[in-house]
Amino acid sequence: MEVFLQQLINGVAWGSIYALIALGYTMVYGVLKLINFAHGEVYMVGAMTGYYVARWLGVDANPSAGGLLIVLLAAMMVCAALGMLIERIAYRPLRRAPRLAPLITAIGVSLLLQNLGQIVFGADPKVAPGLLSSRVLVQAGSIAVTSLQVVIFAVSLSLCAGLTFAVHRTRMGKAMRAVSFDREAAALMGIPIDRVIAYTFALGSALAAAAGILVGLSNPKIDPLMGVMPGLKAFVAAVLGGIGSIPGAMLGGVLMGIAETMVSGYLSSTYRDAIAFVILIGVLVLRPEGLLGKPEREKV
Amino acid sequence: MKSSRLGMGLLAALALAWGCQKKEAGEIRIGEYGSLTGNTATFGQSTHKGVLLAVEEANAAGGVLGKKITLITEDDQSKPEEARTAALKLIRQDKVIALIGEVASSRSLAAAPEAQRAKIPMISSASTNPQVTQVGDFIFRACFIDPFQGGTMARFAFEDLKVRRVAMLVDIKNDYSVGLSQFFEKTFKELGGEIIASESYSEGDIEFRAQLTKIRESKPEAIFVPGYYTEAGLIAKQARELGLAIPLLGGDGWDSTVTLEIGKEAVEGVYFSNHYASDDPSPRIQEFIAKFKKRWEGEVPDAMAVLGYDAANMLLDAIRRAGEPDPIKIRDQLAATKEFAGVTGDMMIDADRNARKPIVILKIEGGKFKFVKSLAPQ
Repeated sequence: MEVFLQQLINGVAWGSIYALIALGYTMVYGVLKLINFAHGEVYMVGAMTGYYVARWLGVDANPSAGGLLIVLLAAMMVCAALGMLIERIAYRPLRRAPRLAPLITAIGVSLLLQNLGQIVFGADPKVAPGLLSSRVLVQAGSIAVTSLQVVIFAVSLSLCAGLTFAVHRTRMGKAMRAVSFDREAAALMGIPIDRVIAYTFALGSALAAAAGILVGLSNPKIDPLMGVMPGLKAFVAAVLGGIGSIPGAMLGGVLMGIAETMVSGYLSSTYRDAIAFVILIGVLVLRPEGLLGKPEREKV
Repeated sequence: MKSSRLGMGLLAALALAWGCQKKEAGEIRIGEYGSLTGNTATFGQSTHKGVLLAVEEANAAGGVLGKKITLITEDDQSKPEEARTAALKLIRQDKVIALIGEVASSRSLAAAPEAQRAKIPMISSASTNPQVTQVGDFIFRACFIDPFQGGTMARFAFEDLKVRRVAMLVDIKNDYSVGLSQFFEKTFKELGGEIIASESYSEGDIEFRAQLTKIRESKPEAIFVPGYYTEAGLIAKQARELGLAIPLLGGDGWDSTVTLEIGKEAVEGVYFSNHYASDDPSPRIQEFIAKFKKRWEGEVPDAMAVLGYDAANMLLDAIRRAGEPDPIKIRDQLAATKEFAGVTGDMMIDADRNARKPIVILKIEGGKFKFVKSLAPQ
């Protein structure tokens, strides 16, 4: 039982990172009906930005909550800009093209960023700055919860809550929902579509950057290809939760983290990467709308 | 007309390129492939520094057999398939007469068949998996093999650390890691110890908490982690977080400053087997360190650098004894190496083309690698 609880804690902390990445997928899909496959690379750039900003500021040497916050904000801003840039260059010119075209450019941008990352940052892994010293916060029997795990979960949860607020309670959020509901009609009502979409990309990418920083805290090894697998798995998490649904992405991410941890803990780590895709197949066959998604009927 | 002129031009360009490819008469070409970038970049970079130093020294002393040594280096990006391509390029295009090969066993294993087929002698500097030299009679190595390394660590755990229950965390896709864990397990069980858990991961993983939680449940007295340095640091860190304050044991794949950088205080008190210790007072090691530091801006060589240097010198020695730069004769001389005085110890090439030489055990203490003991080959 204790082992199970410990694995659950490990899984939730690990899943929180997937959740943050999944939120970006889900938002972009909700508004544009586009799977932004370059999202995993935005996450990588977030982690790299954190690395360079922390080194530049020298926060690596003496970890503090303030330092973490500055690095987090800097990475989120850089990635928000990157997300908007990707949208401007690779997706906006294809707004009226068939849906397959932007999907292909998304894969193109993803590959471009992976290889550009290897040139710019170097292909060898880097040690992410220790922005927060980890210590055991709660110890019950053999179950240990570290401050790092709590921080990761808390940051994820609050960013998710903030996002929900932004989408449901702000003017821009209302515009986003309108665009998501019916883009043509929204445009007719005078909603600046392009700006709303750019804003969506900025928000989603900022969340990916946050995930990049968090993963650097708990697993301090970052490299230009680090976004490939988490990107794919977060996409599965978004589908599992119901793509287009914000609480769904959060739930899907956490479930994915738990599933992976349990598979490694009780079966073998060899099956860990497989479980994500087994889930994907299962969801698509049994409940294509996802756990929290609403079934949509294709209108003829 | 126009197209045929274009064709002629192309032909001329090709001929010119071909002409440039032809080797100068006064040089001996040696190929080196290694992981200059990628997941285990320090392996390749360190090895290259050692190899280059040896070649530069030989050239400064007038070359070998009166000819200049030209070293051609290819990067394999830490990928086995690229290692094979790199070896092929060196053999076919650059026409090298000998190869100095990889640190990682998986990558040496990928490239070795090409060297064997082309009958070009290849020396792996630091691949310790026994299968590497079993590829064929042109494949050699300048290091000990895993049965020796795994057995030594098992004996060290049993006799020196006095632990009886050990768990293992193995990189399941890595020939080196899997082999080393098997040899450790064999010896440890023969001694009367128990392997109580064996968990796996894959190179590139960053999350090990699930496996470590499972290991913790079996209450081991030590964990053997025969992996590479990037994962080693992360594993140590996550193990400490989960409250596993027991000794971690590793192999020569841990030898990189990155282990210290990632692991920080989590790797304090871990033990690993290695090819040499930089704080070993013996004069030949200290002289080499001084030379290396002078050439590479004060950098202290790690074991991979020293092995690169030894592998290159072993090859040059064989070329000298062969009397002419002929791959087959060089192979015969390499096989006949009896008493080569390397920096990492006196070595002898045995019938299986492996080097018989001493092993050292290091401990991480105060953010440094500390020499614990040295053991002679049995």
